[in-house]
Amino acid sequence: MHAETVERTQHALGEVFLHDVYGIPGGDKVKECIQCGTCSASCPTSYAMDYTPREIIAAFRAGLLEKVLKSNTIWLCSSCYSCTVRCPSGIKLTDIMYELKRLAIEFGLAPEGAKAPVVAELFAEIVDKNGRVAEVPLVTRFMLKTNPFGAFKMIPRATKLFTRGRMPLTSHKIKGTAELEKCAGAMTAPLVSGLHPGSAREGGN
Amino acid sequence: MQARLGFSYYPGCSVEGMNRAYDKSTQLVCKALDIDLAELNDWNCCGASAYMSINEMKAHLLSARNLALAEKEKKDLVVVCPACLTTLTKTNHYLAEEPRFKRNIGTALKAANLQYFGSVKVRHLLEVIVNEVGEQEVKARIKRKLLGLKVAPYYGCQLTRPFGEIDHKEFPLILDKLLTWIGAEPVNFPLKTKCCGGILMMTNENVALGLNRNILDCAKQNGAECIITICPLCHMNIETYQDDVNKMFGTDFKVPALYFTQLMGLAFGFSRKELGIDEEMISSRPLLEKHLEVIA
Repeated sequence: MHAETVERTQHALGEVFLHDVYGIPGGDKVKECIQCGTCSASCPTSYAMDYTPREIIAAFRAGLLEKVLKSNTIWLCSSCYSCTVRCPSGIKLTDIMYELKRLAIEFGLAPEGAKAPVVAELFAEIVDKNGRVAEVPLVTRFMLKTNPFGAFKMIPRATKLFTRGRMPLTSHKIKGTAELEKCAGAMTAPLVSGLHPGSAREGGN
Repeated sequence: MQARLGFSYYPGCSVEGMNRAYDKSTQLVCKALDIDLAELNDWNCCGASAYMSINEMKAHLLSARNLALAEKEKKDLVVVCPACLTTLTKTNHYLAEEPRFKRNIGTALKAANLQYFGSVKVRHLLEVIVNEVGEQEVKARIKRKLLGLKVAPYYGCQLTRPFGEIDHKEFPLILDKLLTWIGAEPVNFPLKTKCCGGILMMTNENVALGLNRNILDCAKQNGAECIITICPLCHMNIETYQDDVNKMFGTDFKVPALYFTQLMGLAFGFSRKELGIDEEMISSRPLLEKHLEVIA
């Protein structure tokens, strides 16, 4: 993965973005954005974003994608798909948000102190290890990593949940973790596009 | 009497963790409705949103293994978590429509002697009950009446979005319908598919609390006495964070929330304890005592 990352970072960010998005089924619709702003108006969290969903596409066209990736914008997307189902051009904005999240992590651009990338990475780490996610260990590790002192604030809530039997502390490890690892090792590409990352321009033209 | 329905059952991580009441009530309701649920052996995480932000193809591979395991059982897969539904369905669609994607996943699965031909349908329990079991069979099992209990049917995002295969993407009625069958009164609830913030409650708490304030407010304004949920994450956010919402906005929400399977279970005569009711932070007890009437 590391070698691939180096190769990808040698391309301009916008180019890699376009290649990856074109690889998503129906992803080429991104070029049909008419800047109407339906996505931003439909988004329940756009009010708190540095750049709204509409502005992301505008920024990409202006070659300013890096600015977006360094902001809080993409990490406020909760994957509610409101933008996706309303977009008059059929752009799959939620899938684009996922792509931007992956790029921000891959290119090391996520803003300092952003908590969402931490959750995502812990989540993936736990799934890779156990095959499933136990919520309590996930939340505990997340708190210790992002806000160890804030964890105290959680105690009353945690106690209430615990006494109601809603805080199972154990985690289950599936039998198939080795099987999954084998499968992952045999994958030919890390992205849906299935193209080698070096061939960034071959996306869908 | 209908033929017995049989499915593989995919509980999902959240139901196995902090939302076991959803699982408990699901099992009981299905038993009462003669739906056979056999838990999918050794299922893994569906690859939901957090994993998708890290590795796209591997998130799909996680889904694909579940689908391959389900295909071996020759049964369709029933889920209760809408996020699992969307993730598994998305992988299923890509596999059917994208040859290159299918090749990549196929090669990966083969490394562990697994294969998937694409025959498994992923279905949400709510939709199975409404479309397969139907009104007559549901009504036939009612042992207790819910006398005029006013409920806000809260669907959340991913039951109907993005695919819209189950119902309208923004104003679905399928849960409303089921609730009337068991004697509850669904109120008009314009925010029924608005987002609860999901995992943002962990990462951007203030934003998520605001979203929940809106949903609670809408439910109350429209006269709902409780909120009925179908998603473990929505349930967690709307039910257990009301103290925090109140603190932040100076409100005084105290709205009980129940899974649709819990309310069905009550109507079918199961006890609160069996259904995991009373495990919630905001007790529904006074409300239920007011509205539940034993028929026989």
